Amino acid sequence: MTANPTPNLFEAYHLRPGVADELFDAAGEMRPVWRRFVDRFARLSPAEVTARFERADQYLRDAGVFFRHYSNEPLSERAWPLSHIPVILHEKEWDTICAGLTQRADLLEAVVADLYGPGKLVSDGHLPAELIAGSKQWLRPMVGATPRGGHYLHVIAFEIGRSPDGGWFVLGDRTNAPSGAGFALENRMATGRIFPERFPRAHIHRLAGYFGAFRAALEQVAQGSGGRERATAILTPGPSNDTYYEHTYIARYLGLPLLEGEDLLVQDAQAMVRTIEGPQPLGVLWRRIDATFADPVELDATSRIGTPGLVEAVRAGNLAMVNALGSGVLEMRAMLAFMPRICQVLTGGPLKLPNIATWWCGGGSERAYVRDNAEHMMIGSAYACDLPFDLGATTALGGAFRGSARASIAEWLEAEGNMLVGQEAVTLSTTPAWVDTGEGQHRIEPRPMTVRVFAARDANGRWIFMKGGYARIGRSGDTTALAMQRGGAVADVWVVGDRPVRQDTLLPRPSRGVRRASPGILPARAADNLFWLGRYVERTEDAIRLIRAYHLRLAATDNTEDARLRLLRHFLEGYGIDLKEPVPSALIDRLEAARACASKVRDRFSTDGWSALGDLAKTARQMHQTAQPGDDSARAMSVLLRKITGFSGLVHENMYRFSGWTFLSFGRALERADALSAVLATFADPGAPTGALDIAIEVGDSVITHQRRYRMERSRDTVVDLLALDGDNPRSLLFQVGRLRTLAADLPYAREKGRLAALSRAIVPVESLLSVASPDDITTERLIEMRGELADVSNLVSQRYLR
Amino acid sequence: MRYDIRLSIDYAYAAPSDHLRNLLRLLPAEIPGRQRVWTRRLTVTPTPEERRDLPDFFGNWMTSVAWHHPVAEAQFELSARVDRLAAPEPLDLSPPLHDLQAEITAEMTLSPAAPHHFLGASPRVTPCSEITAFARAACPRNATAASAVAAIGHALYHRMTFDAEATTVDTPMREAFVNRRGVCQDFTHVMIAALRGIGIPAGYVSGFLRTFPPPGEPRLEGADAMHAWVRAWAGREMGWIEYDPTNDQPAGEDYITVAVGRDYDDVAPVRGALRSAGGADTSQSVDVLPLED
Repeated sequence: MTANPTPNLFEAYHLRPGVADELFDAAGEMRPVWRRFVDRFARLSPAEVTARFERADQYLRDAGVFFRHYSNEPLSERAWPLSHIPVILHEKEWDTICAGLTQRADLLEAVVADLYGPGKLVSDGHLPAELIAGSKQWLRPMVGATPRGGHYLHVIAFEIGRSPDGGWFVLGDRTNAPSGAGFALENRMATGRIFPERFPRAHIHRLAGYFGAFRAALEQVAQGSGGRERATAILTPGPSNDTYYEHTYIARYLGLPLLEGEDLLVQDAQAMVRTIEGPQPLGVLWRRIDATFADPVELDATSRIGTPGLVEAVRAGNLAMVNALGSGVLEMRAMLAFMPRICQVLTGGPLKLPNIATWWCGGGSERAYVRDNAEHMMIGSAYACDLPFDLGATTALGGAFRGSARASIAEWLEAEGNMLVGQEAVTLSTTPAWVDTGEGQHRIEPRPMTVRVFAARDANGRWIFMKGGYARIGRSGDTTALAMQRGGAVADVWVVGDRPVRQDTLLPRPSRGVRRASPGILPARAADNLFWLGRYVERTEDAIRLIRAYHLRLAATDNTEDARLRLLRHFLEGYGIDLKEPVPSALIDRLEAARACASKVRDRFSTDGWSALGDLAKTARQMHQTAQPGDDSARAMSVLLRKITGFSGLVHENMYRFSGWTFLSFGRALERADALSAVLATFADPGAPTGALDIAIEVGDSVITHQRRYRMERSRDTVVDLLALDGDNPRSLLFQVGRLRTLAADLPYAREKGRLAALSRAIVPVESLLSVASPDDITTERLIEMRGELADVSNLVSQRYLR
Repeated sequence: MRYDIRLSIDYAYAAPSDHLRNLLRLLPAEIPGRQRVWTRRLTVTPTPEERRDLPDFFGNWMTSVAWHHPVAEAQFELSARVDRLAAPEPLDLSPPLHDLQAEITAEMTLSPAAPHHFLGASPRVTPCSEITAFARAACPRNATAASAVAAIGHALYHRMTFDAEATTVDTPMREAFVNRRGVCQDFTHVMIAALRGIGIPAGYVSGFLRTFPPPGEPRLEGADAMHAWVRAWAGREMGWIEYDPTNDQPAGEDYITVAVGRDYDDVAPVRGALRSAGGADTSQSVDVLPLED
């Protein structure tokens, strides 16, 4: 590193002998592709660097990017581990990599087509039958089924690394349900916050073009050759999956519905989405679930996330799976042992990009070789589908076991050879990483890395590559693949040109008109969750107002046996709320119920709304620990009330008026109408204690209005008039029921055969009654009846739209 | 021998859902040279909206049925007339056990009859060291593959007791082995694990057993419901042989095959998925009557 104007930030960047590096070439010269970035970066003071990196982290936090991990604590979320410094590669080098991977992608397609078709690779001796038959990912029900559209593979991710000689090699192929494309996008958004300047940005290839072409290809396969319109959707295992966030992100980005197994239904070998408008046909599922879980009838019978009959739909050619069910067989480690030979056989030439040297120990000579070279090997399961560095417990590395009871490697290989592979213990290249050295100090150090490259077919079936992607960065300086295990960080990969590159965005597809079917689909389950989200949020708000009313009065009287307090306690007990706790845990349960609903519709729900709901729950939990009865609790409730109305405002002001919003609003209006009926039936009952009417007005948030309209007069009549019959008061029963009628009219099938459908027919009489009634007519009995009528309305919505 | 077979399986669902799909493997197989089907009729009640018959990977007939309205009870009734052709006790043409692996490797095919499917772990039969140790102990030195099958089946019959109360359809194989009790499904799974443990490809056969024995012979266990037994690959020459560990005998003229697979999961008579929770109650009755020619 002689002539380099290496800035101070790179002072500690010491290269290791025998290890390739991304920033410096073998001669110790900085690679030209990094120069522009390093020059700019070097001008930043450490404080500026920290501030910029913090901006990226803040972006990720605000966007709610997280990584779920499976742990004892269910649904715990971990912040996205961004490694702030990108990996930079020149477009020429990238193109060479992609040319090699194109060959590999075609080869993988040929292998999977053969394994589910003629089986020649096995009968000609290029793949051992025993290995394929032993793989859990070789799915017998799919043998002989040709995929809709002709291709088994539509999207592949390759994990590649750079070897000490500077060349690239493949560590593994992800063909089952490759993840990470959405995270690559988020990394890019985050690094945009770090390096917002035109340079180097103008030289970086964008990622959007890849996604645009991929979506167009999906829709083409979905539609097939004419006929009925068929939707494209993403199939997720659901919120407990570790990459669920990515699924919601990519569904939003591509404008595709995000479905779970229970959203689907198979009728006459046609996969359908259950929507609020009834079942709609599906042509393509980009599945993010493991194939074996796709169909409990023909695949794994224990699956709770699958859809019965899905395999039939696939076999009938009515549904394309991206990728085909069973493509995961290509991921098993032992496959890498046979790829070089298969490439020779099928293409007549070698792999353009080698893969990690692998030996299947089912063969005698291979077993002997692995045994004799065990100190340079990673030895593990032949069937494992994870990458070489995700070593399991029963694995040997460098001639030593990691937590196994076996006496010797030789014995292990002899006993279980056909279940094992040896893989060369490769050395990876290093790349700059911003490393915390403790006490807030950082410096740039070399860290090992691998790059994930994403390929997809375009509408013509050709392979296209994401120009960029993401790199996994090791946690320590150790350059054996071991350091790449979980717990590392993730960096953006910049593919950089010598001149500014054309800037693609994910524009709507030209011509062909705008097809609304796919994005417009509202699955019944999503609608159900939005409906209940609306109900739970409103229910929480009502409870907060009642609890506040209680503590305000408690603070004023200090007599817990006050008749009003007793009535409030009794009323809230009916809802399971115990006022002995200043911030009752039942209130927190309601908030959590709302959050659980929201978590299932995150692809349809604004990030701000989600954060607001999270903040609300967090605040309530904190207050639960600290709040004191009386004044303190009343103030706590006021804080919660402001937060929850803030949330409602966000939803009301910002949420697109699609049918999902209608269900959310319907849920709120229904809940509010029910709560008003209940409050009036109790607090405006002729037998209620003095002061109860004030509670009704206060809980109905109509104190000011009441004063303005009726001055100092206050009677049951004025209160019922304002809270039940005044159509101009948004806090009145009539107003809310009127809203239900308007919202119901916006729903599909609002009219059937020229007349109002059952839902509207149930609402209209309630509204009519309230429109013409006088306060005398709205007796306590009538209010109780009305609650029953509103419950019928709720059931009708559920039956018609939400199942 | 000619048989008239009647089977009835009833399901009552606790919480009927809007959609129900079942995959049935109930139709007796046509096996050239061994089993001939004259009639087979499967009646499904209530009549499903969808129904089709199709072969699975192993060549078994599957009947796929679906209802798109709530179904509280379903009934599957089979009536079939089947000939089970008599076959003489085969000569032992199988290789010594230590030569079997070479014959397996030489089978470079993934066809349904290939031994490779039946060696590794399958959904309900995973390698089990205790069972493998039992198999090794039961196997004579220098045994041929076929004699090893008989020896292990015999040993298992003496080790385990038939007990209809001890296990359910979902009891893990190892548990039945350790507790030494179970029904034909358990005997079969344990024997499959035992055979695979010493390198003999082994699979599961579901079918029927003659209900009433010939005069003077005892009634066989497992005749009042669908039965299960083992098939094992005894080398290239001899191919697949069948053994019933529950009754300690080769599966001969008294046995009618419905389906073959790696384990119960591949051949379950009724596979189904009900979206709602609640589960189902099920009952089964079988009659297998020999017809005198």
